[in-house]
Amino acid sequence: MRKTYTIFTLLVLVALALAACGTAAPAPSGGDTVTVVETVVVEVTSSAPVVVAPTGYGVTLKAVQERGKLVCGVNSQVPGFGYVDANGNFAGIDVDYCRALAAAIFGDASKVEFRPVTAAERFTALQSGEIDILSRNTTWSLVRDTELGGNFVHTTFYDGQGMMVPKDSGFTTLKDLDGGTICVQTGTTTELNLADVMAAEGVSYTPAVFEDADSTFAAYAEGRCDAVTTDKSGLVSRRSVLPDPAAHVIMDVTMSKEPLGPMVRHGDDQWFDIAQWTVFTLFSGEEFGLTSANVDDMRASATAPEVRRLLGLEGDLGLKLGLTNDWAYNIIKLVGNYEEIYNRNLGPDTPTYIPRGYNSLYTDGGLLYAPPFR
Amino acid sequence: MQRDAQPQQTTIPFWRDERALKVLGQIIFVIIVLIIGALIFHNMRVGLAKQGITLSYSFFKNVSGFDIAETAFPYDRNSTYWQAFLIGLVNTVTVGSVGIVFSTILGVILGVARLSTNFIINRLAAFYLELIRNLSLLVFLIFWYLGVFLKLPRVQNAVIWPGDIILTNRGVGIPWGIPTASFPTFRLILLFGLILALIVFFALRAYSQRTGRAPLTLLWSILTLIVVGALGWLLLPEKPLIFDLPFVKGLNLSGGKILTPEFMALTSGLVLYTAAFIGEVVRAGIQSVSKGQSEAARALGLNGFQTLRLIVFPQALRVIIPPLTSQYLNLVKNSSLAIAVGYPDVFYVSNTIQNQTGRAVEMISLVMLTYLSISLLTSVLMNWYNQRIKLVER
Amino acid sequence: MANLDTMMPPVTERSNILRWARKNLFGSWTDSLLTVVGALIAYWAMRGFLNWALNVAEWEVISANMRLLMIGQYPIEHAGRLWLWLGFLVFLAGNSIGIWARGSRYAFLLLLAPAALALAPFGSEPKRWLVALTLTGLVGWGLGRGKPEVLKRSVIAGWVVSLPIIVILTHGLSSSETGFMPVVRTTLWGGLLLTFLLTVVGILFSFPMGVALALGRRSELSVIRWFSVGYIELVRGVPLITILFMAQLMLPLFLPDGWTLDRVLRAMVGITLFSAAYLAENVRGGLQAIPKGQYEAAEALGLNGVQTMIFIILPQALRLIIPILVGQFIGVFKDTSLVAIVGLLDLLGIGKTVLAQPQFLGLQREVYAFISLIFWVLSYGMSYLSQQLEVRLGVGKR
Repeated sequence: MRKTYTIFTLLVLVALALAACGTAAPAPSGGDTVTVVETVVVEVTSSAPVVVAPTGYGVTLKAVQERGKLVCGVNSQVPGFGYVDANGNFAGIDVDYCRALAAAIFGDASKVEFRPVTAAERFTALQSGEIDILSRNTTWSLVRDTELGGNFVHTTFYDGQGMMVPKDSGFTTLKDLDGGTICVQTGTTTELNLADVMAAEGVSYTPAVFEDADSTFAAYAEGRCDAVTTDKSGLVSRRSVLPDPAAHVIMDVTMSKEPLGPMVRHGDDQWFDIAQWTVFTLFSGEEFGLTSANVDDMRASATAPEVRRLLGLEGDLGLKLGLTNDWAYNIIKLVGNYEEIYNRNLGPDTPTYIPRGYNSLYTDGGLLYAPPFR
Repeated sequence: MQRDAQPQQTTIPFWRDERALKVLGQIIFVIIVLIIGALIFHNMRVGLAKQGITLSYSFFKNVSGFDIAETAFPYDRNSTYWQAFLIGLVNTVTVGSVGIVFSTILGVILGVARLSTNFIINRLAAFYLELIRNLSLLVFLIFWYLGVFLKLPRVQNAVIWPGDIILTNRGVGIPWGIPTASFPTFRLILLFGLILALIVFFALRAYSQRTGRAPLTLLWSILTLIVVGALGWLLLPEKPLIFDLPFVKGLNLSGGKILTPEFMALTSGLVLYTAAFIGEVVRAGIQSVSKGQSEAARALGLNGFQTLRLIVFPQALRVIIPPLTSQYLNLVKNSSLAIAVGYPDVFYVSNTIQNQTGRAVEMISLVMLTYLSISLLTSVLMNWYNQRIKLVER
Repeated sequence: MANLDTMMPPVTERSNILRWARKNLFGSWTDSLLTVVGALIAYWAMRGFLNWALNVAEWEVISANMRLLMIGQYPIEHAGRLWLWLGFLVFLAGNSIGIWARGSRYAFLLLLAPAALALAPFGSEPKRWLVALTLTGLVGWGLGRGKPEVLKRSVIAGWVVSLPIIVILTHGLSSSETGFMPVVRTTLWGGLLLTFLLTVVGILFSFPMGVALALGRRSELSVIRWFSVGYIELVRGVPLITILFMAQLMLPLFLPDGWTLDRVLRAMVGITLFSAAYLAENVRGGLQAIPKGQYEAAEALGLNGVQTMIFIILPQALRLIIPILVGQFIGVFKDTSLVAIVGLLDLLGIGKTVLAQPQFLGLQREVYAFISLIFWVLSYGMSYLSQQLEVRLGVGKR
C-alpha cells in the first residue's frame, strides 16, 4: 500500500512540474489568471529561418498596434515627472510624453498603459519586453546606451545634479558639508556622482541611502541629513512641497550633467525613429506656435511649408515612419506642444514650478532644437 | 493495486513489477527535473547573451564607486564590489546577533508577564502581543523609522537621558569605552577570571552530581568572574577603559558610540516584533509543564524559586527551543527588510550593486546562498544546544 | 490556565471590587509597584496616541485617497464587478453562518460589518454598496437558517467556485474596450484589492503544492524525498524578499524567448513558491500525528494507497493542523506587503505613491498608521474567527 502511495506522490509531483511548465506556455484564450503576453523580442517569427534576423525592424510598432495599446514604463513617485494623482491617473512630463507617443501611433492619447517601474528594475523591464518604452527620468549615459541594451531618444529634460541644504545652516559650497550627512537615493547615477564629486573635492561625508525618493526627502525634511542631493528638477519640485519651502536653498553647484529622456530597446530602428520624432514634434510645435487650441485653425490656414509638412498636409512624413500622415497633428491636438506639457506639469501655476532654463527653445537661449521636418 | 492473490512464480513483466516501476518512476522524475533545469538554464543563457552579458563574478574586483553609510572596516568609493558586499554581510550579522539577544530578553519578560497574576501586567502583555503579532512587519518597520526615530528631536534640542544617552534624529549616542595602556593586562585578568569561573562551575557540578544537592552553579561561576574582574579593575594603576561620553558637536553627534536611526529602527523594530512571537513561545512552553509537576515539587519541599529553577524551567526549555530556533531564523531573514529603512545590510548593498552593474542573476544567487548559509549555521547551533539539554535532562 | 481564573473572578468575588483589586493588583509589595508602573505606561501611551490621532493627525490624506487605497487604479466604471463578487462572498458567508453557526446567537452581527464600514469616509456610492452588501448577507443568512439541508451542498460548491468567479470578474472577459466585461489589466489592480488577491491566490495555489511536498518528504522513493527536502529547506532558508526579487528579475530570463509573465502574476508565483515550503512542513506535522493504526485499518478495509491518503489520512491530518494553517495564512496576508519593495502597488505600495502627491507630502504617520490598522483588523479578525470556529467545531482536538 505504501508503495502505491509513493507512486501517487510521484504522479502528483510530476503533474505539478508539468503544471508549472504549463503556466509558461501560451494560454490561447485568456480569461483566467494566467495572462501570458506575447512580447516583441528580436527573435524569429516561425516562418523565418533561424539564422540572423539582424534587427527587429518594425517589430515593436507592429506588436503595439496589434495589442491596441502602448505599454510605457514610468515613475510613480516624482511630482511633476511621474506620479499618481488622487483620481488614480498618472501625471507628469514623462507621462505626457507617453501620451504623445500613443497619440502619434493610434490617434488616441489614452491608448497607453502606464506601468510603474522602480529604479532597480527599469532596464530589465525594457530588455525583457515588458514595456515598449521607458520614460522615467532616466539619465543618458554610455553604459546604459551599450551594456544595458538600450537606445536613448533625444533628451526631453536637461537637468543637473544639485544639493539642497537648510537655509539656516549657512552652507554655500560642498566643502562646507565636510563631516556632514547627505541623503541620497540608491540605484541611481546620483549616488555615484555624489561619491565621485566629494572624493574629487576631498570632502568626507556620511551618506544616508534610501530606496525611494519619498523616504529620501522625508528623512531630509525631518533633519536626518545636513543636505540632500538629486537632480535639480527633483530638488525644486520637492522643495516646493516641503513644510517650509523658503527655509531651504539649492546650492549654486552643479555636480553633473543629467540629460533625461526616453529609452527604447536595441534593435528596432523604426521604433527608435518614431520615439525620436515624437520628441521633435513637441519641440517644433512650440517653435511654430502650434498648440492644442489652435492646431485645427492652423491646419486649415497654414502656409509655411514646414508646418504643412509637419501637419501632414504636404508630403508623407508620417508614412515614412510607418504611421499615418496626421501623426504629428494628433500629438499636438491631443497632448499639446512641449511648452504646454511643460507648463501643465512644471509651469509657474503648479506647485512644482521649475524655471525653464536649458529647457527652452534654442531661439530663447535653451537647448531644444529639432532637426528639420523634411 | 497489483496485489494478486497468488504470487506468480514466473517473471513478472517489468511494467507490473513495483520495484521496477519505482526505479523507473524516479528516473523519469529526475529526467523531467533535469530537462526543466536545462531549459531554464538555456533560456537564461540565450536571454543574457542577447544583452551581451555572460555570467561571471569577475566584476567583484571592480571599483564600486559608491559610498556606504555604516562600515565595519574602512571603505570608500575606491573599494571593490566584493568589499561592499562584505560590509553588508557584517552589518547583517550585527543586526542579527544584537536582535537575537534583545528579543530573547524581551520575549521572556513578555511570556512571563503574560502568565502574571497581576491583572494590569497580564492585560498589558496580552495587548502588546495581540497588537504586534497582527501587524505586517514591513509596514511596522517603515512606520517605526519614519514615524518614530525620524521624529525624535533635532540635534539642536537633543534629549539627554540619564546615563549620558543622547537621543536625536541623527542617531542615538551612548557612552562607550576606549581602551587605555593597561587594557591588555586587564584582558589577561579577565581571562584568568573566566578560567576560575569554569573551575568553579565544574567543581560545583561534580559536587551536585555527587551529593544530589542543587547549588546555584551558574550564579556562583558568574559571581567569580565578576569579582575577579572588579578586583582587576580596582587594583590596576590605570583604569583599563575610559568612558567616552557622547556629545553634540555642531550639527552632529560626536564621541561615545553613535547608533544611526536606521540601525536603531531596524534592530529595535525587529526586536519588538520578534519578542512578541517569542513571548508566545515562552508562555506556551511554561504552560506545557503540567501543574502536577510543580505540585509534586512543592510536596518534596522545594520552595517556589527552586520549583521554577529545577523543575519547571528545564522542562519548559525543551518545548521552547525548537520554535525559538525558527523565531531566531525569522529574525535573521526579516533583517533583509533593512532596505525599507535604509540600513546597508547584505541584501540592500547587494541590491545597490545589482542596480549599478546590472548583474541581477549573480547578485540574487549570491544573496540567497548567503542567507541559506546563515540559516543553516544558526539551526546547526540551535540543534546542537537542543541535543545537549535533552541529554542533560534525560 | 491560572490567569484565566484571575481574569474572570467568580461572581461572588466580583461584587467586591476592593477584594478583587487587592488580590489581583496589590497582592504584594512588588505586585503593587508593577501595577502602578503598568498603569502609568498604559495611561501615557493611550494619552499620547489619542492626542495624536484626534488633534494632530491630518486624516484628509486618507479620505481623499480612499479609492486608491482600496482598489488602486482599477477603473471606477468597472468597480461594480468588484462589488459583485464581494456581494457573492458576503452572501455565501451569510449562508454559511446561517447553516453552521446556528448555535451562536451573535455570529450574524458579523454581517453588519459592511454597513458599519459605511460610516467611514467613503463616497456616497460605495456607501450604498456597503449597505447593499449587508442586506445581501442578511438575506443569505436567513436562507441558510431556513433551509440548511437544501443549501448545504450548493454553499460548499459556491465556495469552491468563488476564486474563479473573483478572478474572472476582476480580470474581465472581452479584450475589446466595448465588449462585455472588458479586460482590466493587472497593472491597474492595486491597493487592498491587490493585497487580497495576492493573498488568496498565494494561499490556494500553495496548498496543493505544499501537500505534495509534504507527501514527497515522507516518500520512500529517495529521489522524491531528497527533492522535496531540498526544496523545502532551500526556500525556508532564504527571506521572502529574495524570492520576490528572483521572481521579478530572474523569472523573465528563465522563460522561453518571447514569453513574459505579468508582473502581478510573477509576484503570485513568488508568494506561492515561498508559502508552499512552509505549508509542507505544517502538513508534515499533521501527517506525523496520524497513528499507524489508521493506515492499517484502511488497508484492512481494502483501500489502496491513494484512497487511504485521500479519504483517511489527509482529512484527519489537515483537520488537526487547521489552527496552524490559519496562522500561516495570516502570515501570507501580512507578507504580501513585501511586493511593495519590488514596485507593485499593493496597499503599502499605493500608500507610498499617495505620499508622493504634492498636497500630502510628509504625512507618513497617517498613511502608515491607516495601513497598519487595516492589516491589524483583518489579521486579528481572521485569527479571532478561527479561534471561535475551533472552539465550536472542536477542531484541533482529537
